[in-house]
Amino acid sequence: MDNTNIYTALYQENKELLQSLSPDFLVKLREDAMQHFIQKGFPGKKDESYKYTYLEPYFNNGYNKYLSPKNIQFDVNEIFHCDVPKLDTHVILLVNGFYFDAANPLKTLPGDVIVGSFAQAVKEYPELVAKYLGKYTSGDSFVALNTAFSRDGIFLYVPKGKVVEKPIQVINVLISDEELMVQHRNLVILEPNSQARVVVCDHTLSPNKFLTNAVTEVYLGENATFDHFKVQNEHNDSVQVSHTYFYQDKASSLRTSTITLHGGLVRNNLNIKLDGEGAECHAFGLFVTDQAQHVDNSVFVDHAKPNCTSNQLFKGILDDQSNGAFAGRILVDRDSQKTAAYQRNSNILLSDEAKMDSKPQLEIYADDVKCSHGATVGQLDEDALFYLRARGISEREAKLMLMYAFAYEIIDEIKIEPLHVRMADLIERRLRGDLTRCNNCAVNCG
Amino acid sequence: MLTIKDLKASINGKEILKGINLQVNPGEVHAIMGPNGSGKSTLASVLTGRDYAEVTHGKVSFLGEDLLDMVPEDRARKGIFLSFQYPVEIPGVSMVNFLKTAINEHRKFKGLPALSASEFLKLMREKKEIVEISSNLTNRAVNEGFSGGEKKKNEIFQMALLEPKLSILDETDSGLDIDALRICANGVNKLKTAENATIVITHYQRLLDYIVPDFVHVLMNGQIVKSGTKELAYELEEKGYDWIKKEVFGTEDAQ
Repeated sequence: MDNTNIYTALYQENKELLQSLSPDFLVKLREDAMQHFIQKGFPGKKDESYKYTYLEPYFNNGYNKYLSPKNIQFDVNEIFHCDVPKLDTHVILLVNGFYFDAANPLKTLPGDVIVGSFAQAVKEYPELVAKYLGKYTSGDSFVALNTAFSRDGIFLYVPKGKVVEKPIQVINVLISDEELMVQHRNLVILEPNSQARVVVCDHTLSPNKFLTNAVTEVYLGENATFDHFKVQNEHNDSVQVSHTYFYQDKASSLRTSTITLHGGLVRNNLNIKLDGEGAECHAFGLFVTDQAQHVDNSVFVDHAKPNCTSNQLFKGILDDQSNGAFAGRILVDRDSQKTAAYQRNSNILLSDEAKMDSKPQLEIYADDVKCSHGATVGQLDEDALFYLRARGISEREAKLMLMYAFAYEIIDEIKIEPLHVRMADLIERRLRGDLTRCNNCAVNCG
Repeated sequence: MLTIKDLKASINGKEILKGINLQVNPGEVHAIMGPNGSGKSTLASVLTGRDYAEVTHGKVSFLGEDLLDMVPEDRARKGIFLSFQYPVEIPGVSMVNFLKTAINEHRKFKGLPALSASEFLKLMREKKEIVEISSNLTNRAVNEGFSGGEKKKNEIFQMALLEPKLSILDETDSGLDIDALRICANGVNKLKTAENATIVITHYQRLLDYIVPDFVHVLMNGQIVKSGTKELAYELEEKGYDWIKKEVFGTEDAQ
C-alpha cells in the first residue's frame, strides 16, 4: 500500500472514534487536515524543506498506530528517578503520547494555572482550545497528519499576569513491547504578562522501534515570557519528527533550547512568528551524534512586525558516519523596519565520514534592518589541541576539553541552575561516550 | 640531559633544519639566537612534538630516551616545557580546569595521587607570586582576552606549576614591555635549579640581560654556525648578523 493510503485508511477506520471524542471545531480541523494531507502527500525526496531528511519510508506500515492509550505496565518510580536532581518542578508524564495520570487529567496550580491532559482540556475548555489550536501552524504534511490523528498531549494555560514559579517538567516516555508510532499534541497558552518555564525530556524505555510525530503550539500574549528547554535522549532505533510553533505577541520574550544527545533520526522543525512590536526570541540548539545518527534542525523565524529581535545559535558535533543538517530561514516582512535578526551555525566534524549540511536563508524585504548569519563546518582547532597536549594532557582528554568548550556556549544559555549543572554533566558524559542515562535510573535509555 | 645529533627536518618538503648538533646538561642555560627564518621556532616544534615539521634525519635523546618517538603529552610529562611564542586562546576551557587537568596528568604519570581541590588552590596561590599573575586571570578561559604580557606571564606561571626539567622559551620577549619582561625573566630565574635546564630562543639580546646564558648559539640557515658565551650575544647586538654570514658563508647573502 502507498504510504499516504495507509493513513487515509486508518482515518476512515477510526473516524467514528476520532469524531465522537472531538467537539465540532476539532472535527472540522481533523477533516481539513486529512484533506490537506491527502492532497499534498508526504514531502518527496526533492522537497526543498526536507531535502536533507527523507522521512516517508519511516511512515510505513511497520509501526502499530494506537489511537487510544494501551495499558502499559511499568514502575513509575523508575521514571521519576530520571528526574533532574535538585530541580523543583511540577512533573507531568506522557506515556506513548498519552497523559499518564488518568485520575487527575487536569490540575490547577496556584494562580489558576491549568496544566494537564490536552484531551481533557478539549473536553473541559473547548472554546479556549478552539481559539488557539492550529491557528498559526503551517501547511506541513506531518503537522496535518498530527492534527488529524493526535488525541492527547500536554495542555498548559497561564492566565493574565500570572507567573508559574516552578518549572513544569514534561517527561515523554516511550515504552512498548512492539513497534509503535506516537503522535501527540501539546498546547501552551500564555496570556498577557504571564510567565512560565517548561522543561521537556524525551526518553525511550524499551528497545523497540519508535516513530514520533509531535506538534507543540505555544502562544505568547503581550509581554509574556516563556523559557522552553527540550532534551532529546531517545535510543538510536527511534525516529522523531517534532514541530514547535511559537507565536509571539507584542514585547513577548522567548528562550528555547533543544539539546539532542541520542536518537536514530531526529528532525526538529522550529517555527517562530514575531507578530507584535518589540517581541524577542532566542533559539539555541546543540546536537552530539555518532554512529549512523541523523539530526536535522530546521528553523524558520518570521519577523512579521517592526522592532523585533531574533537570535539563533545552533551547534553540532558529529562523529563516525553520522549526519547533520541545519536550515535556518529568516523572513523580514516589508514593514518590519528596525528588525534585528542574527543566526549562527557552527559544527565540528570529528571523523572523515561524518557529514554536515548547513543552509542559511535570509529573505529581507525591509530596508532598515540589522541581520547577520554565519555557518561553519570544521575540525577541532589544531593549535589549541597541541597547546593542551604540550602541557601533558592526553590527546583524548584534550579533544574532550575542546569539544566540551565548543558545546559550552549553548549550555551556558540554560538559565535554570540545576538544569544547567545537569546538562553540563550529561553533555560531558555524552562526549566521553558514557551512557547519558540518568544517574539512578535502572533502565538503560541510552 | 638533551642531546641533539645531526637533526634535519622539513616543512612541506623544504628542508628547514639542516643538521643541528646540541648538548644541554642539567643546570645550564643555552640561548639560541638567529635572524628571522633561521629555523629557531621549527627547532622548538620538533623538540616538543608539533607535527607540521617532519624529521628526516638525526637523533634527539632526552634523559637517555629517544625523544622523537614520543607523543607531545609524554614529552611534557617527562619534563619538557615549551613557553609558546603565541600562546593559544581557548574559549570555553577555564584556566582552573586546564591547569588542574595538566597537573594531575603529570602526577598520574609519576604515580602520585591527584591533588585535592584545596591542595590545588594552595599550589596556585604559591606559584602565582612567582610571576605576579593576578587572580582574575586564572578565573578566565585559557588566554582568552589576555594582553600580550599576560599571556607570556601565564606561560611562566604554567612552567612554575609543572616544574619541568627542560624549559624551552620560544621568543618569550616578543611583544613584552620592559616591566613584563623583567617579571617573566625573574620568574624563570627563580625556577632555576642545578637539576633543570633552559633553552632561550630569541631574536634579540635584550632578554639575555635578565636570563643570563651559559652558552650562546647562533642558528642560521638551519644550522648552528657559531657558539660562544654571553659575550657573543653582545657582539650580535652590536654588529647584527651580517658579519657572521660573511664569516660562515663568505657572503652576506646566506641563501
